[in-house]
Amino acid sequence: MQDIGEAFHLALTLVLSGDADLFEIVGLSLQVSLSATLIACAIGLPVGALLAVSRFRGRGAVLVMINALMGLPPVVVGLLVYLYLSRSGPLGFLGLLYTPGAMIVAQTILIVPIVAALSRQVLEDLHGEYAEQFRSLCLSRWQSITTLLWDGRYALMTVGLAGFGRAAAEVGAVIIVGGNIDHLTRVMTTAIALETSKGDLPLALALGIVLLVIALGVNAGVQMLRMSAAKQASYGAAANV
Amino acid sequence: MSDLQITDAVRLPRRRAARAAARPLLPLSVSGLRLDIPQGALLDGLDLTLPRHGCTVIMGPNGAGKSILLKLLHGLLAPTAGSVSWNGLPATAATARQALVFQKPVLLRRSVAANLDFVLKARGGNRDRRDALLADVGLAHKARQPARSLSGGEAQRLALARALATDPEVLFLDEPTASLDPASVQVIERIVGEACARGTRIVFVTHDIGQARRIADDVVFLHRGRVAEHSAAAEFFPEPRTLVARDYLAGRIVL
Repeated sequence: MQDIGEAFHLALTLVLSGDADLFEIVGLSLQVSLSATLIACAIGLPVGALLAVSRFRGRGAVLVMINALMGLPPVVVGLLVYLYLSRSGPLGFLGLLYTPGAMIVAQTILIVPIVAALSRQVLEDLHGEYAEQFRSLCLSRWQSITTLLWDGRYALMTVGLAGFGRAAAEVGAVIIVGGNIDHLTRVMTTAIALETSKGDLPLALALGIVLLVIALGVNAGVQMLRMSAAKQASYGAAANV
Repeated sequence: MSDLQITDAVRLPRRRAARAAARPLLPLSVSGLRLDIPQGALLDGLDLTLPRHGCTVIMGPNGAGKSILLKLLHGLLAPTAGSVSWNGLPATAATARQALVFQKPVLLRRSVAANLDFVLKARGGNRDRRDALLADVGLAHKARQPARSLSGGEAQRLALARALATDPEVLFLDEPTASLDPASVQVIERIVGEACARGTRIVFVTHDIGQARRIADDVVFLHRGRVAEHSAAAEFFPEPRTLVARDYLAGRIVL
């Protein structure tokens, strides 16, 4: 127990003293995970909206596949991205392997199905409410999709959060395609794994504390944004949350 | 309702759409209209003709098929059999020239003004009309308020303003005043009356006999998915021809 107490003490000292290595890792983690989340939302939200308003043969199979892809094993994604980006792979000429870019690609692949599947569910419920009104107004599919995305924006923030959570906590894919290289591709999760294996618990704990604080901060920020927007738009209890 | 076949929005080629837009929408001719669900027929060989002008009130007991008929006429549902002909126009072209006010208004999660802006933009209307439309339904002072915070009567007035923003040639209203207070009923009846006077064809579903007497030019009385009676209001109310209509007007139970 003394070791744990000491580790916590050292961890807090690292955080409060503004340790340069620690904040470099934190900065890269945020850069990679936020980039992956934004790209995944740019792809996944329109896909989810299109699936929400479309009816076609084989739609059920597509939904099952997207839902199944939410549970993609990160190491498998890491391995596939590695194979594509390695020098002998089809995308090897891009020179992305062992760079933050490769980590963003891997995390994006992991969270696109999450964003698409969850947004499809949120927007399908909303579309159920609006569908007759849309048909009465003779809206095009594009107009329907943009309206659903705008009116469902607060619920979709939660979807984005789920994607960010998955990206920020992920270690299996980024360690394969990033290589956990110091000052280049080391992020919080890979650093925690490494420092723990080395027995350097204070740095691992410090990173863990920062990871938790970031997760709490992002969630609190989004919640405050939603509450403020709910006041303005009277989203209230009837919101599709 | 999940058993019902909804219609697909199909866009007409531009030249065909332009020709369709130039033709009058009325008269409406409905022939042998039938809508089946696994539990039975909701409409059972319904025939109906609507003249070009005026306000038609559709009445009948619960389950007679009034709301379903409105959705079929508006093109939101596809019939199992029979036809709805708007002067021979394609169904999609006809729907675009109509508007439907639902019994429970579905308002977007935006401000009152933004709800109108949305429709005006989507249908290519002049957005300068927004303020006039809001003033017309008595909601100018609530323009910036969230639409979902409106009372039932205010929400229905906004839904009516939104429908009128599309400049419909035919305006369907599905029990728009159900469970509203007398003041809201009066406002809605005034707005509908003014629209009718401007030449908008009104098709109004109501259970309120007093309201039907006030606004109807002709009455379609539905019973068990068929038109039991269709006659001028001046004839229908004093002397209905059918027994079911007489019972209904007398407040007796009609099954």
